[in-house]
Amino acid sequence: MGPRRNLPLAIGGAIVAAITLLALLAPWLAPYDPTAVNPGGRLAPPSAAHPLGTDALGRDVWTRVLHGGRVGLVVGVVAVVIGAGIGAPLGLVAGQFGGWVDLALMRLVDGLMAFPALLLAILTVAALGPGHIQAMGAIGVVLVPVFARVARGQALRLRDQEFTIAARALGATDARILGRHILPNTLGLLWIQATVAFSGAVLTEASLSYLGLGAQPPTPSWGWMLQEAREVLFVAPWLGIWPGVAIAAAVLGWNLLGDGIRDRLDPRR
Amino acid sequence: MRKFLIRRLLFTIPVSVAVVFLVFLSLHLTPGDPVMALLPPESVGTNQAERDELANALRKRLGLDQPFHIQLLRYFGNLARLDLGTSAVTRDPIGHELAPRYQATLELAVASMIIAVAIGVGVGILSATRPNTRLDAIATTLSLAGLSMPSFVLGLLLMLVFALQFGWLPPSGRPASAFSAEGFRYLILPAVTLGLQGAGLLVRLTRSQMLEVLREDYVRTARAKGMRERWVIYRHALRNAMIPIVTALGLQFGFLLSGAIVVESVFAFPGVGRYLVQSVLNRDFPAVQSSVLLVSLTFVAVNLLVDALYALLDPRIRYAA
Repeated sequence: MGPRRNLPLAIGGAIVAAITLLALLAPWLAPYDPTAVNPGGRLAPPSAAHPLGTDALGRDVWTRVLHGGRVGLVVGVVAVVIGAGIGAPLGLVAGQFGGWVDLALMRLVDGLMAFPALLLAILTVAALGPGHIQAMGAIGVVLVPVFARVARGQALRLRDQEFTIAARALGATDARILGRHILPNTLGLLWIQATVAFSGAVLTEASLSYLGLGAQPPTPSWGWMLQEAREVLFVAPWLGIWPGVAIAAAVLGWNLLGDGIRDRLDPRR
Repeated sequence: MRKFLIRRLLFTIPVSVAVVFLVFLSLHLTPGDPVMALLPPESVGTNQAERDELANALRKRLGLDQPFHIQLLRYFGNLARLDLGTSAVTRDPIGHELAPRYQATLELAVASMIIAVAIGVGVGILSATRPNTRLDAIATTLSLAGLSMPSFVLGLLLMLVFALQFGWLPPSGRPASAFSAEGFRYLILPAVTLGLQGAGLLVRLTRSQMLEVLREDYVRTARAKGMRERWVIYRHALRNAMIPIVTALGLQFGFLLSGAIVVESVFAFPGVGRYLVQSVLNRDFPAVQSSVLLVSLTFVAVNLLVDALYALLDPRIRYAA
């Protein structure tokens, strides 16, 4: 099989790279302070000084879009790490030990999966309180069952493979089999899952902050910027455009990237 | 068939118990003393002694002075009597507050489901029967855009165009049930927003399932014996492609319920989702728990329903179980 064109991978990768770069470099690229209020220049339409205009408090929208990306990126990364960090070990242990351990852990996972994702995140935020730190935990909780299922499936598949049986015959402990034989063979799948999970994490973060349950003002976040834009939609409709474009582009980029990676690894397509 | 349904019904019991348990547990996840987090905002200015007194009264009222297992049993007991508790803010029974909102959310969810299925399955079939044409490319691109566009962005866009620019539809609110002509107009924008988003996933799924099924031997046989293409597609291909699609509808309903939380906030639509968000912001924990429980158990019930439908569509499921 020769090299094939993988358009989703290329476009998704480019979008993700661009957004990540913009977010990382926000403090150097942004012309203003994201929280600096300017009562004299409120709701200014786009101009040379403010390429995307200013919001109801006179803050520069371009600056806030850049910094909002930074907040979203950090929340997403930490949430995926939390989800994978709790979910994967749970799944590996359930798959390796089987029996009642598996049954108990998987019923817990089923229970978590019985909640629509955003609902579970909101419930967690309700317990922890609103804020972008809490949002990381809330989105992480939502991702736990996803990673647990992937890891369990792989552990079950590998449990009866010859190299696992050989290791067991040599007297390796369960911990050693999991750590040395099963985990390394699960990492690839977990990486793919992390890419897919990230687009969901970005979307959930934006939804939470739109609802006022994520990053709290004055911390810039795309979701809350849209909420603020909604309040002044009649006078300043341009405020809603860029945070919306940013969220859609970020989610699209990660979706395409996930699709592309899956296509590349799936020989049937 | 009956055996399958009974097994499936029995399986929902542990899941529902797990859901109730997790919802119950969430209050105890609150860092520090949950009661302090529940104290009404007006207590912030008061002094320590007054606050303690308030906290103790609240603790007693919520039964939080009891040991954990007693609290848990009480929680299950109250639910069994359909007692959802009283709101910490309005002091009204939560059941009364939720009932009309639940109806509103169900109307929204069902309307958007109809839109999602009509557009999603329809466009998916069109796309799959004309693979790699311009129409197919447009459909798959738009469906990915639909999937990536958060409902609050799409909702604001539709509101801007259809309510503010053209003035065809009301921008927000819900004066009456959707079964009245006036109420129906208020349902359109939220339902279309949510439905279009749901359609994105269904287009992709229908397309890939149809493409797979259209490669099957029985489809080739049907064509070879001279059956009309339309008949091949609807009788042979679609029916088999529908099985995974129907399963996805259950999950889809979960997305819709999640999406409804956001869309209700965009359009100030007084449903369970908006009530939930308000309750979180008001730190009205009993109301939060009950709304989360109501929506999750609805989700569990819908998945049960979908599985029953699944067995109806595919005879193999009935016998295998």
